[in-house]
Amino acid sequence: MIHSSLKELSAALAARKLSAVELASLYLDRIDALNPTLNAFITVDRDKTLAMARDADARRAKGESGPLLGVPLAHKDIFCAEGWTTTCGSKMLANFVAPYDACVVERFKAAGAVTLGKCNMDEFAMGSSNETSFFGAVKNPWDTARVPGGSSGGSAAAIAARLAPAATGTDTGGSIRQPAALCGFTGLKPTYGVVSRYGMIAFASSLDQGGPMAKSAEDCALLLNAMAGFDARDSTSLERAVEDYTRALDKPLAGLRIGLPKEFFGAGMDADVRSAVEAALAEYRKLGAATVEVSLPNSGLSVPAYYVIAPAEASSNLSRFDGVRYGHRAAAYGDLNDLYCKSRAEGFGAEVKRRILVGTYVLSHGYYDAYYLQAQKIRRLIAADFAAAYETCDVIMGPTSPSTAFRLGEKAADPVQMYLSDIYTIAVNLAGLPGMSIPCGFDRGGLPVGLQLIGGWFDEARMLGIAHQYQLATDWHQRRPALAA
Amino acid sequence: MSQWEVVIGLETHAQLKTQSKIFSGAATAFGAAPNAQACAVDIALPGVLPVLNREAAVCAIKFGLAVGGSIAPRSVFARKNYFYPDLPKGYQISQFETPVVAGGALVIRVGDAEKTVHLTRAHLEEDAGKSLHEDFDGRTGIDLNRAGTPLLEIVTEPDMRSSEEAVAYAKALHALVQWIGICDGNMQEGSFRCDANVSVRRPGAPLGTRREIKNLNSFRFLQQAIDYEIKWQIETIEDGGKIQQATVLFDPDTGETRAMRSKEDAHDYRYFPDPDLLPLEIKADWIAEVKRGMPELPAAMKARFERDFGLSPYDAAALTATLATARYFESCVAAAGAANAKSCANWVMGEVAARLNKDGLDIAAAPVSAAQLAGVVTRIADNTISHKIGRDVFDALWAGAGADADAVIAAKGLRQITDSGAIEAMVDAVLAANPKSVEEFRAGKDKAFNALVGQVMKAAKGKANPQQVNDLLKKKLAG
Repeated sequence: MIHSSLKELSAALAARKLSAVELASLYLDRIDALNPTLNAFITVDRDKTLAMARDADARRAKGESGPLLGVPLAHKDIFCAEGWTTTCGSKMLANFVAPYDACVVERFKAAGAVTLGKCNMDEFAMGSSNETSFFGAVKNPWDTARVPGGSSGGSAAAIAARLAPAATGTDTGGSIRQPAALCGFTGLKPTYGVVSRYGMIAFASSLDQGGPMAKSAEDCALLLNAMAGFDARDSTSLERAVEDYTRALDKPLAGLRIGLPKEFFGAGMDADVRSAVEAALAEYRKLGAATVEVSLPNSGLSVPAYYVIAPAEASSNLSRFDGVRYGHRAAAYGDLNDLYCKSRAEGFGAEVKRRILVGTYVLSHGYYDAYYLQAQKIRRLIAADFAAAYETCDVIMGPTSPSTAFRLGEKAADPVQMYLSDIYTIAVNLAGLPGMSIPCGFDRGGLPVGLQLIGGWFDEARMLGIAHQYQLATDWHQRRPALAA
Repeated sequence: MSQWEVVIGLETHAQLKTQSKIFSGAATAFGAAPNAQACAVDIALPGVLPVLNREAAVCAIKFGLAVGGSIAPRSVFARKNYFYPDLPKGYQISQFETPVVAGGALVIRVGDAEKTVHLTRAHLEEDAGKSLHEDFDGRTGIDLNRAGTPLLEIVTEPDMRSSEEAVAYAKALHALVQWIGICDGNMQEGSFRCDANVSVRRPGAPLGTRREIKNLNSFRFLQQAIDYEIKWQIETIEDGGKIQQATVLFDPDTGETRAMRSKEDAHDYRYFPDPDLLPLEIKADWIAEVKRGMPELPAAMKARFERDFGLSPYDAAALTATLATARYFESCVAAAGAANAKSCANWVMGEVAARLNKDGLDIAAAPVSAAQLAGVVTRIADNTISHKIGRDVFDALWAGAGADADAVIAAKGLRQITDSGAIEAMVDAVLAANPKSVEEFRAGKDKAFNALVGQVMKAAKGKANPQQVNDLLKKKLAG
């Protein structure tokens, strides 16, 4: 049962082969058994989960049905969920019980999905290894001495270890795709504006996007059907017709033009990653697709541009955590300034402080033009690069991450090395494009490798189809760590 | 003082009359229990996002049209970052590089002189909450009801040269924002407050260093604060000192200004475009739609009153001081006829204004309607009653005694006596009874004539036609 797809779980529930309560209990028991090892969840609340499951069973008893009714899933702890502690991986919010539901949470509730718990994450989604969490690092189920990737590392470990059949994540610079690659499953970051950011605690507003993480492209399509759609409470949410993201799953790949950016296949990529990606491209050619070389000449600027824009927005977004109205407040303080300084110094971890300082600096009088404005110009150039590339191809492919999962602590002391682990994913956020990672093989140590798919704006349905066809032809996405055997 | 030139620019925060806040759905009404009107967005809970209230943009468009400014087809909301307990997000959403309105002007009058004050810009922003320092045993209370209230900040060029001009501008602006219905103008509640940038210089010299007086919420304080500041700056310079750029507060109790912070410790607000909000796009058809719903502007109405009704510039200005006054006057003229416009004007500016003032009422709540006043004016014009009796009829209507002028005249028997036979009889009786006055008049004392008129009117209980009484008396005394 724990290896079943969402479609299979949904069918089993519909056929009353098992109840939502039974299904939720199955996963809660696995969480109880394995979370002490993996630290994938920050909050588990059996009573709340079972209450939701009972509610789903009651809805079904009344004749209701739906693809997610009674289906359990986990939420990254960045999404506010009414009545649940919502920490964002930070001491600052360790005691914050959200009084409202994020749009994403609300939509899954409406669909009858059952919340299994709140997943660990890098503090305020700042990190690529899940080591910056106040609640401790998450372990990679494929090798518990290694990181699961970040920032949605808890969601990633939960899926890989079958502690949840699916989870929500958010992706500001690769935080869905990179952990999906490092933990060997499928993750999709939609086009900016497709999924409402309302109730999703902001890191970098112009880059943040929520998305589905699951065992397959087909599951991601089902989840995106529930998550996506216009929300008037988010001004950057796009007012578009409702889509069925499963509609192109069965579309054959004949005639598909896959663009391979030459900048993504240069130095800096591990040999094992390269060979797995090249094997995947060979498989795609076998399925009828053609590959063409494209160029993203400004992609080398994406990491520096990102590390100006994201900290700039974060420095302002995180100002609300001041110890005045909610969240951590220092136990003793002198005047108002002391209250701010102590509360924030105690409440935030080192990486968050680093980014607040960087962001504050680049927005300062006299530096704004040289950093922030310049970075915004680069951002436009990067988007223009992609637009030009899509004149000769339908989808872009390449590695998701330059390496497989690294060891815990390996890059923690060197922020720049850590930042470079998102070198292939960041440009996608800067351009606002949809990006996916799907499993495409293993390195010689048995760690999963991810293939990144980058589509044109609003190409999610097509991308999910392209991924699904590959998953019909291969079984990389069905491999699982010994821990979930 | 004459060898100094004063230079003043004003920044005014006008609270916009929208039902809900500028970026949330919470109500904006004044006076609710603390924090009763602060929703998740206003409190800045984690994860909440701002959504622009389109009504606030409509207010900005109206203002841009009213002052002849240019309305930006695309303006940008920016974050102004600073920490303060009554600023929940740690930043204020405002407009920085591209305001919604640029330019425009307002014509003001000081004495007989007209002057144009040019506007630099007007931009939309949200208000902060309030810190309450009393009643909490030395701690500070935070009320976020006001947080997120929409404001239009209106900035002038440094065009004013005296506190009188500054006050005249503030009054004209105050009248205008109420006229176009974007601000209730309530200064006690903080709906309209001014910051004054003041500097002094020798005529012809470059601009002096300015100090900014914050948060003046009455015209009197505005005048007092500027006057004190001018005096202080001149004295400082004449004593050999230098003015340091600073933000100052006015203390109404002492009548003095004192520095709050200097330029050195001014904030670096780290403005940047708010990534949570799209640029505000205002297309020509939206402007046209707003324009169709706007009242005639005071300057145009004033010119029309002068042209169509032959009113003096002074009268026309007085009648267009507020939209409610202008509407009352126009309704009155519509009922009484354009030929009686001057008379209507005199009544509105005279009797009506005096009674409203005495009773502390707004013209919208005047007990005598424009139509009722037109009735009084009409009956005076057609000689049914004298002007003096007209006042009695007006008073009766004010007190609610009668549906209209005719009803009061009939009920109280106030119709004027125009029967020359009846008046002649009264004149004859008065002349016979007052030989002394007659003697005095004939001896050249003009005052005696007035005494005789008074006696006749007394006999007629005020109802005799005054012109006929005059004519008859003159004729008899001459005879």
